[in-house]
Amino acid sequence: MADPVVEHGAEAGGAAMPQLNPDYFSNQIFWLLVTLVVIYFILSRVALPRIASVLAERQGTITNDIAAAEELKQRAQEAEAAYEKALSDARAEAAKIVDDTKAEIQTQLDVELQKADAEIAAKTAESEAAIAEIQAGAADAVKTVAKEAAKEIVAAMGGTADARTVTAAVTARMKG
Amino acid sequence: MADEAHSGGGLEFHPLDQFEVKALFGDGPIHWYTLTNVTAWMALAVICIVLLLVVGTRKRAVVPGRTQSVAEMAYGFVYTMVEDVTGKDAVKYFPYIFTLFIFILFSNFLGLLPMSFTTTSHIAVTAVLALGVFLFITILGFVKNGPAFLKLFWVSSAPLALRPVLAIIEIVSYFVRPVSHSIRLAGNVMAGHAVLKVFAGFAQVGFLIAPFAILGVVAIYGLEVLVAFIQAYVFTILTCVYLKDALHPSH
Amino acid sequence: MEGELAHIGAGIAGLGTGIAALGVGNVAGNFLAGALRNPSAAGGQTATLFIGIAFAEALGIFSFLVALLLMFAV
Repeated sequence: MADPVVEHGAEAGGAAMPQLNPDYFSNQIFWLLVTLVVIYFILSRVALPRIASVLAERQGTITNDIAAAEELKQRAQEAEAAYEKALSDARAEAAKIVDDTKAEIQTQLDVELQKADAEIAAKTAESEAAIAEIQAGAADAVKTVAKEAAKEIVAAMGGTADARTVTAAVTARMKG
Repeated sequence: MADEAHSGGGLEFHPLDQFEVKALFGDGPIHWYTLTNVTAWMALAVICIVLLLVVGTRKRAVVPGRTQSVAEMAYGFVYTMVEDVTGKDAVKYFPYIFTLFIFILFSNFLGLLPMSFTTTSHIAVTAVLALGVFLFITILGFVKNGPAFLKLFWVSSAPLALRPVLAIIEIVSYFVRPVSHSIRLAGNVMAGHAVLKVFAGFAQVGFLIAPFAILGVVAIYGLEVLVAFIQAYVFTILTCVYLKDALHPSH
Repeated sequence: MEGELAHIGAGIAGLGTGIAALGVGNVAGNFLAGALRNPSAAGGQTATLFIGIAFAEALGIFSFLVALLLMFAV
């Protein structure tokens, strides 16, 4: 691999490092500039716009897809909301019917109860009246009997009984 | 080392022969227009770039194939780098930065092929790249900002007494930029390739050493693959950092 | 004699590459320590990491260059 140029450089005691050999500089710089210009034009004219457009297109597609998915999701949510609403409506309806029926039954029940109460009250009053009558009757009878008896006893003992006095006495006793 | 080459026997190291510029046809002297191995490997780099970025993306598929995804990955990599480091207003210089990146990347990787010639190992090449960046950024800075670009060297956040000192340091470091920018790339690539050659040279010592030498070559080669990419990345990202200075000198 | 001195100088300059390696290791190690403390912030700082490594390494490459110049150009 030993190159004549190296041998020459080494023998001269100078630059054996090819990097420091000024003979090579102009050649390298020229071809580097050519290369860079070529790459720059290829990239800026063809490659980079193409990649940028592909990336933008993909970004657009992804954005569209995401938007579509978002829309579908929203529709699903709407459907779910509608279903929930229908369900809660039905529940409310059922509850209302239950309440109405309950209230109706309650009313009827109340009416019946009142009627029954009234009847019972009437009967009770009647019976109480009868009892009071009987009691009053009994008391009168007792009074009458007591007066008679008292008059007879007084007569039998020889005194004359003032009817008014006897009555007052009997009444006083019966109260006691 | 040059002396050993003459001594004949013993170890023969020629780690720098691989960097020799040779005319492709004939042995004549090398003029600026001569077709040399530099030309050949740069042309190969251009062909590879065209294959990847033009031929690979010719289908414009929305769902990319293998080559197209690599091309898009390279594009996205550099594009995000420019946008993140330099800012949105630097996107119009993206083709220039991408040119630098893709050229250095392919030169480095092609240089890793056995028997190849590495164009980026030559200081002349990287110096042109770095000087191009330097001139581009300096001119752009003055065009965009006018004399206000000089504020880059006048650190207004520092105490007033320190500012002249800092200005000198800043100016020196500004002019050292192209030097370090070019030597970093060339030095890394050249050092790696020279070390590969030295390890390969150890293989001629004997059967006992040769396996270790070959193992060493493999290990260094793996490191060099990494370095080839990282140096392209570093060159590009430093270009972005310098470009940010030109666009927004007052930080 | 002069050539031998140049070779010795090249050896000394070569030490610089090793010292630069210390700097690079320092950068990478500190980055890792910081990244482990706050892993969520680490991803955005890899660019800074590479810039730091590049600057640290550049000086090592300078000394490598000095070594090469002493070997071959002086």
